[in-house]
Amino acid sequence: MKRILVGIKRVVDYNVRIRVKPDGSGVVTDGVKMSINPFDEIALEEAIRIKERGGAEEIVVVTIGAPDTQQQLRTALAMGADRALLVESTAPVEPLDVAKVFLKVIEKEQPFLVILGKQAIDDDNNQTGQMLAALWNRPQATFASKVEIAGDKASVTREVDAGLETLEVDLPAVVTTDLRLNEPRYVKLPDIMKAKKKPLETLALASLGVEPKQRVKAVKFEPPAQRQKGVMVKSAQELVEALKKKGLVA
Amino acid sequence: MSKVLIVAEHDGAHLNSSTAKCVTCAQAIPGAEITIAVCASDASAVAAQAAKLQHVAKVLKIENAANAHLLAAVIAPQIAAIAAPYSHVFGPSTTFGKDVMPRIAALLDTAQISDIMAVESATRFRRPIYAGNSIVTVEVDAGAKVVATVRTASFEAAAEGGSASVEAASVSAELPSHTRFVSVSEAKSDRPDLQTAKRVISGGRALGSAENFNLLYKLADKIGAAVGASRAAVDAGYAPNDLQVGQTGKIIAPELYIAIGISGAIQHLTGIKDARTIVAINKDGEAPIFEVADIGLVGDLFKIIPELEQSIG
Ligand SMILES: Cc1cc2nc3c(=O)[nH]c(=O)nc-3n(C[C@H](O)[C@H](O)[C@H](O)COP(=O)(O)OP(=O)(O)OC[C@H]3O[C@@H](n4cnc5c(N)ncnc54)[C@H](O)[C@@H]3O)c2cc1C
Ligand SMILES: Nc1ncnc2c1ncn2[C@@H]1O[C@H](COP(=O)(O)O)[C@@H](O)[C@H]1O
Repeated sequence: MKRILVGIKRVVDYNVRIRVKPDGSGVVTDGVKMSINPFDEIALEEAIRIKERGGAEEIVVVTIGAPDTQQQLRTALAMGADRALLVESTAPVEPLDVAKVFLKVIEKEQPFLVILGKQAIDDDNNQTGQMLAALWNRPQATFASKVEIAGDKASVTREVDAGLETLEVDLPAVVTTDLRLNEPRYVKLPDIMKAKKKPLETLALASLGVEPKQRVKAVKFEPPAQRQKGVMVKSAQELVEALKKKGLVA
Repeated sequence: MSKVLIVAEHDGAHLNSSTAKCVTCAQAIPGAEITIAVCASDASAVAAQAAKLQHVAKVLKIENAANAHLLAAVIAPQIAAIAAPYSHVFGPSTTFGKDVMPRIAALLDTAQISDIMAVESATRFRRPIYAGNSIVTVEVDAGAKVVATVRTASFEAAAEGGSASVEAASVSAELPSHTRFVSVSEAKSDRPDLQTAKRVISGGRALGSAENFNLLYKLADKIGAAVGASRAAVDAGYAPNDLQVGQTGKIIAPELYIAIGISGAIQHLTGIKDARTIVAINKDGEAPIFEVADIGLVGDLFKIIPELEQSIG
């Protein structure tokens, strides 16, 4: 079966104003809206489009997380994934161990393509896809803005600092998504109902033989430094004068 | 003692200034001895530039025809193969470094610390999370190898004036052929580079078209500024993707940042937190951009831009 694996991480919704706990022990997540990481929605959308074009037969979404991540998996199934796998862990799992879990899942599912987000917008690590590709000893095409599959190869356009870079990779490979790859579809109500019948498997992390380690310990969380309150000017001329005074324009 | 290996970023001819910023970060580790590795098909020119950076002890040339383009899958095994003697392996938090460093970390079976903004000790660092809405201090065990990317906006480039020794390193690593470079869009402008410019003028969705972005270019040319854009402006096709500023675009630290017709979403603000002076021009006095602006001007950009040009003279 031609299969695509997609990573789904549950994160604080990107519209939430982040607050640091007063004791510096973390960021407030209680009672805060949680969503699928936006880059993972894009990853899933891309997988669905490849399947719709006849390039894949099955899409499996995978998450490593707490039991309530089921919500995000159900949303993913409603969007168009065929199956979901929840690898349960109540403690946070570092990217290297997430990659190790994905490698175990890959051994079982034998996908021809793995699509992850380029970064999770909570920890902003931007590591997992690259680490997975290294452990799997397969190509990586990160920060993708265009993916074209042709036979056992993929041509991937990447958003890099210089502009756009195109790579050709042999499949199977890992692709990570950038924002402009696609615009994810909205989930329709009937699809939510149908998704309830789609298979969602739960596994204990330990059953996969991966022992997560805490290699990077968070010691303290702080809010960012605040900028000083600025001034308002009334006209373009006043603005230019203010800039000249600061020596910012000649 | 700490031994830091820095993976050089370059285009085959020129060392990218992100590498000199990694040197400054590495130098913040007490007693660090700094080595720069240059992977290239012909590394001589870039290695010579790296050797001139102050505080660098040694430059290693890793030459191989396969290194003509800096493909992560090809570079990572070579760096991993020489990493054993080093306590730290650093790369810049540019798309190059973000691509290759985690691949190196995984080959070394170690974690990566992304986007170091400050060094507290050889094992303790500060980094932004949640699009810069929180700064976390992280620590690794003493003796653990630290693979990290360096947030370039947080460090000045190391000055020239050094004279490191340059050596050719012989690396035995199996290099894959499963990943092939096809093309890269030509960098087309002779305008100041967005990432290093002292002044930046950015436009948002309000510009309304690619033609209207020319208004910004004209103004930028007048004051020697680079041009940037919000994601909305890039998504709409008003500006190319490499101009995007923000969480998923470029993180910049110019002396002057002028945001025109940009609302100031947190994802955009992440990219300009270190700008010295932020100017906001927006017709909506309640726009969040004014909360971070040092100087604000409420009004219609199509009226204000010509007036600015005139006042600058
Ligand atoms: C995961 C994720 C990552 C993201 N990363 C980035 C990123 O890296 N960079 C980024 O920029 N965004 C990013 N975004 C998008 C971000 O949330 C905003 O949608 C985007 O920044 C809005 O762009 P804008 O300010 O140009 O548009 P808008 O929010 O539409 O703002 C337009 C502004 O122009 C003003 N205006 C309109 N007409 C005029 C006029 N004639 N004169 C003056 N002012 C006028 C309006 O008052 C308004 O404030 C990201 C979003 C997500 C979810
Ligand atoms: N716990 C997780 N469960 C599933 N996928 C994950 C998890 N953590 C990271 N990923 C995937 O890896 C991508 C990059 O995450 P990161 O490296 O943490 O920034 C995310 O966009 C996801 O696709």
